[in-house]
Amino acid sequence: MVDAGWYMALAAAIFFIGVVGLLLRRNALVMFMCIELMLNAVNLTMISAGRALNDINGQVAVFFILVVAAAEVVVGLAIIVSIFRLRSTASVDDLSELRG
Amino acid sequence: MAEALLFVTMGLVALAGAVTVVIARNPVHSAMGLLGTLLSMAVLYVSQLAHLVAAVQVIVYAGAVLTLFLFVIMLIGVDEEERREDALPHQRRIVAVLSGVIILFAGGLILFGNFEWVPAATSTIPSATNGTVSAIAEPLFTDWVLAFEATALLLTIGAAGAIALAHYRRREG
Repeated sequence: MVDAGWYMALAAAIFFIGVVGLLLRRNALVMFMCIELMLNAVNLTMISAGRALNDINGQVAVFFILVVAAAEVVVGLAIIVSIFRLRSTASVDDLSELRG
Repeated sequence: MAEALLFVTMGLVALAGAVTVVIARNPVHSAMGLLGTLLSMAVLYVSQLAHLVAAVQVIVYAGAVLTLFLFVIMLIGVDEEERREDALPHQRRIVAVLSGVIILFAGGLILFGNFEWVPAATSTIPSATNGTVSAIAEPLFTDWVLAFEATALLLTIGAAGAIALAHYRRREG
């Protein structure tokens, strides 16, 4: 049995890669994918903690995170598509309507 | 032993996929890297006895969400080059410094820190966390039934919102 800590270290590494990607990339789609990476890393943490603590609620939490992530992707991609219709760009640098 | 082998190979695939998501120039390649990460994550779930969650991961994430991503990439095109110069001043340098600090902190914690990964963990192989459908359904429909109903509402609102956004047209004149 692999210790839960190793799974958590892997999850932390993937979360970190997701954060770096979110900070560096400008394409809104790729930024979204990095958010998905971070959500998945958290899911892995939940599952390994639930297994180590012998608690099924870790997997129930992952279930809810999956549902919220799916809803978030649907709305987010719809927003990206409608922005692209108006501005013909998917780069977050070109969107500055809210700049004061 | 088998789990260790599975962990190492699938962990490496997941890391490679995650790095691909970040460094790939073409968004389609990013999506493929994400697919690799999601599938190897599903394998890691199975090796931790989370069978139902692994199945849902493959069907919902690798099936539905990634297909949606590919549809949107197809819709808005992939030929756009990302600009190289920073819009925010010193963005890359700040990220690099921040990353270095976090990596040093995590490495120092692992090397010199004195802590348990999961303090209350038992060393025996658990059986109650065997994530079968009935094992997950029992707390889902008793303890968390309110949250479950809220997710139903959330999904309905999400679908309605996506349709409303897709139907939006700028008024002429």
